[in-house]
Amino acid sequence: MKTSENVISVRHLTKRFGDFTAVDDLSLDVRKGEIFGFLGANGAGKTTAMRMLCGLSRPTSGSGTVAGFDIVRQPEDIKRHIGYMSQKFSLYGQLTVRENLTLFATIYGMPASDIRRKADEACRALGMDGVRDRPVRDLPLGWKQRLAFTAATLHTPDIVFLDEPTGGVDPATRRKFWEMIYRASSEGMTLFVTTHYLDEAEYCHRVSIMVDGRIRALDSPAGLKQQFRAATMDEVFRIVAQDARRT
Amino acid sequence: MQTRILRILLKKELTLMLRNPLIPRLIVAMPLLVMLVIPLVADLDVKDVGVAVVDRDHSLLSRRLVADMDASASLTVTAVCDTYDEALRHIERGDADVVLTIPSGYFRDLSGGKSPHLDLSANGVNATKGILGAQYASRSLLQTLTRWSAEEGTALPEAATASVLNRYNPTLNFRNYMIPALMVVLLILICGFLPALNLVSEKESGTIEAMNVTPVGRFTFVLSKLIPFWAIGLLVVTVGMLVGWLVYGLVPAGHIAYIYLAAILFTLVMSGLGVSIANRSSTLLQSIFVMFAFIVIFQLMGGLFTPIASMPRWAQVLTYAIPPRYFIEIMRAVYLKGAGIADLWQQYAALAAFALLFCLVAAKTYRKRE
Amino acid sequence: MSIFRSLIRKEVLHLLRDPRTVTVVLVMPVVLLLLFGFAISTEVNGVRLLAVVGQHTDETHRLLERFRSNPCFTLEGIVAPHEADDLLRQGKADAVLVLRTDGGQLTHQVITDASNTNLAQTATAYIESVASGESSSPIVLHTLYNPQLKSAYQFVPGIMGMIFILICSMMTSVSIVSERESSTMDLLLVSPVRPRTIILGKLVPYFLLSCLLLGLMLTLSYTVLGLPFSPSALHVVWLSLLYIILALGLGMLVSTLVSTQVAALLVSGMLFMVPVIMLSGMIFPVENMPVALQGVSCLIPARWYISALRVLMIQQLPVRHILPQTAVLALMTLVVLTLAAKKFNLRK
Repeated sequence: MKTSENVISVRHLTKRFGDFTAVDDLSLDVRKGEIFGFLGANGAGKTTAMRMLCGLSRPTSGSGTVAGFDIVRQPEDIKRHIGYMSQKFSLYGQLTVRENLTLFATIYGMPASDIRRKADEACRALGMDGVRDRPVRDLPLGWKQRLAFTAATLHTPDIVFLDEPTGGVDPATRRKFWEMIYRASSEGMTLFVTTHYLDEAEYCHRVSIMVDGRIRALDSPAGLKQQFRAATMDEVFRIVAQDARRT
Repeated sequence: MQTRILRILLKKELTLMLRNPLIPRLIVAMPLLVMLVIPLVADLDVKDVGVAVVDRDHSLLSRRLVADMDASASLTVTAVCDTYDEALRHIERGDADVVLTIPSGYFRDLSGGKSPHLDLSANGVNATKGILGAQYASRSLLQTLTRWSAEEGTALPEAATASVLNRYNPTLNFRNYMIPALMVVLLILICGFLPALNLVSEKESGTIEAMNVTPVGRFTFVLSKLIPFWAIGLLVVTVGMLVGWLVYGLVPAGHIAYIYLAAILFTLVMSGLGVSIANRSSTLLQSIFVMFAFIVIFQLMGGLFTPIASMPRWAQVLTYAIPPRYFIEIMRAVYLKGAGIADLWQQYAALAAFALLFCLVAAKTYRKRE
Repeated sequence: MSIFRSLIRKEVLHLLRDPRTVTVVLVMPVVLLLLFGFAISTEVNGVRLLAVVGQHTDETHRLLERFRSNPCFTLEGIVAPHEADDLLRQGKADAVLVLRTDGGQLTHQVITDASNTNLAQTATAYIESVASGESSSPIVLHTLYNPQLKSAYQFVPGIMGMIFILICSMMTSVSIVSERESSTMDLLLVSPVRPRTIILGKLVPYFLLSCLLLGLMLTLSYTVLGLPFSPSALHVVWLSLLYIILALGLGMLVSTLVSTQVAALLVSGMLFMVPVIMLSGMIFPVENMPVALQGVSCLIPARWYISALRVLMIQQLPVRHILPQTAVLALMTLVVLTLAAKKFNLRK
């Protein structure tokens, strides 16, 4: 039942909290191996939409599949095939780098021998060999973010959801982070990224811009610039979001 | 069943607990504190009852009544006054609990074959002390009067004295009554508060969301929260029993396995409750206050400090819904009376039912998806 | 002044957004008062008695009839000696009365379940008095101040002592620390608002909440629980206000000493709640404690507050009888507030 083409395919997703419609009639397809940028101002409904796709939040209405599973009826199956990194750092601060990696890899059912090898590889790749046995609480923010990304991708999920992964880190770390995203993409994973940084939007294969719970624009960065006759993504965003009521 | 996931989650919980600066200390310090301090404090035995005497008789007999009273173990004559008002002031100041008034002409009337009355007034501010103090005082007075009438050869109504056999606790030591129940207090506090704290702090730090987005099952996750407190509960009970043995020389008369069995069931009840409350709370303060309300009611209505038998009918019925009630009954019966499952199966069954119920509620209220 | 008002409004809104906590805070004292007033007592009533009779005679019948008609006893039945043993162990009875007739002479023995010491002692006394017949006692008993010996009377002051510590100290310390954790406190501290205003803005809502509770608890005590109403109620009010301020100061002091909410909770729980319940004389009389612990209890504000309330509410004595307690509380308030204010400024 898995379609090789679209790993995410949803139609008319809506989420209401009381009178407030956080996500309004969202329809979206994301292709396998794609880096999909999910843009929008604060409060536009990005995080809520992403939480529905991950099975953390039940849609009020609408339907769709993620990694080939129904988002209404099979959220637990979806969770087996995705990785997730929230905007809030959410590894266990008191556990060491290696303990955190082992914990999440085991939860995703990786065999013990693979875990040790991959965790060692990952530590080396991150340049964190020296701090493998230190509690992650003590690490600098940029290191924590990259570690959280590694924890979300160690089991090579079909799709990785990243909720503002580069919030609050310096430009050099951001660049390193995007290198990791490209590497994951080249290994066949699909990446679904929300971000505030419009320069980052340029690194994505395709970008959607959400305003007041609805998707207002969806195309490749080049296509969007052409469509809105803008020189940069920054300008595109300003044009699309100018009539936003929620900020 | 996700046994492999459960194992790694348990390992995580254990590691986090050991690295927490407070929890390991709490697990050792709490039993010591509760078991060492509370028995010293929680002494409802009445000693040192102060008696203020108003002696208007000034006879040989009245002086003997006062002297005998002062000589008895739990009574002290703190003042001999001339007027009742003066005696009352001693009560107001708090150095007397009971006022004894011996009317003038008491000795003459008694010798003359009339039946004059001695008058005892107890301070009702502290009801237990007042009532028991007055009882002690009247017992002492009666003894003196009986002895006196025997010596004089006059017949006072013969008080029938019975031989008394105090089973299970022959020395009537109040501590023996309290200590088994204190372990219940320990489990209520530790296994009730810690899971709630643990879960809410995972909520606040966001790690619980990281778990919710993984394939970890609902039951697996809840079990990983319950099982550690199971172990902690058994540890705490063990420390408690050791303190009871080493410090107070109290060992269970019944089999130790019955105590552990009850402790296992009860820890599940409490940690199930703690997890359920944490599932439903969004802030630390909220979960603590709700938990606190439960704990206060559990301690007051469970028959810990005040006997259930003293409650009115409706309140007694209510206590059937209070799980610690059963655990306290089991602890006291096994510790002091040497009872076993055959005697206490109803209490075990009730505890097991509560354990099952609260664990199910804990798993049911845990939502992976909003 | 408008800054101050907006700070208070913020705090009140914050409180109201958490209706569950407010409910617990408002309902718990009421439940406690009612439980203590109507459900919990240390008196022994209804001793469950078993009788073992060696030989039935007119005398034993008469004696058992006396127990049957006495409201203090429930005669559970006449059983064989070994059954009595089992029932006692299973906790189905509290005491056994063994009657033997030897050569026309009735002797009796009382066997109690002494695992509950108070019950055993009282049961023995009751049985002795019933067995010896209702001969007119040469002693008359009265009770002063609390004629029905209602235990509610003793507990009202204790509950009030506990509740104010809980709300003022625990809630304020946790609320201040949580603001510091989320660093909104820094936001306020760098603003032109003076620290004094910030602190007051934090404390006033909890003070108001405590006043609301004070009114609620006093109303309940004087109506439902039937505590005798007298002019001393006025003294109860101002004394309680002093105590509330002291408790708020303690909460503030704790908040300056710890950095996480959990720590604030544990500190105020371990340092305030447990001592208040165990050492203040709320449940267990202070004079029964070892001398060292009596010394410790002198440091606990609740001890002084509760003892003063007992004087005012139960004994109904004039206000000069609570001067020592008031002096101690006032001194403590002064010390705590000074310390808290000093620490809070440094923390900036």
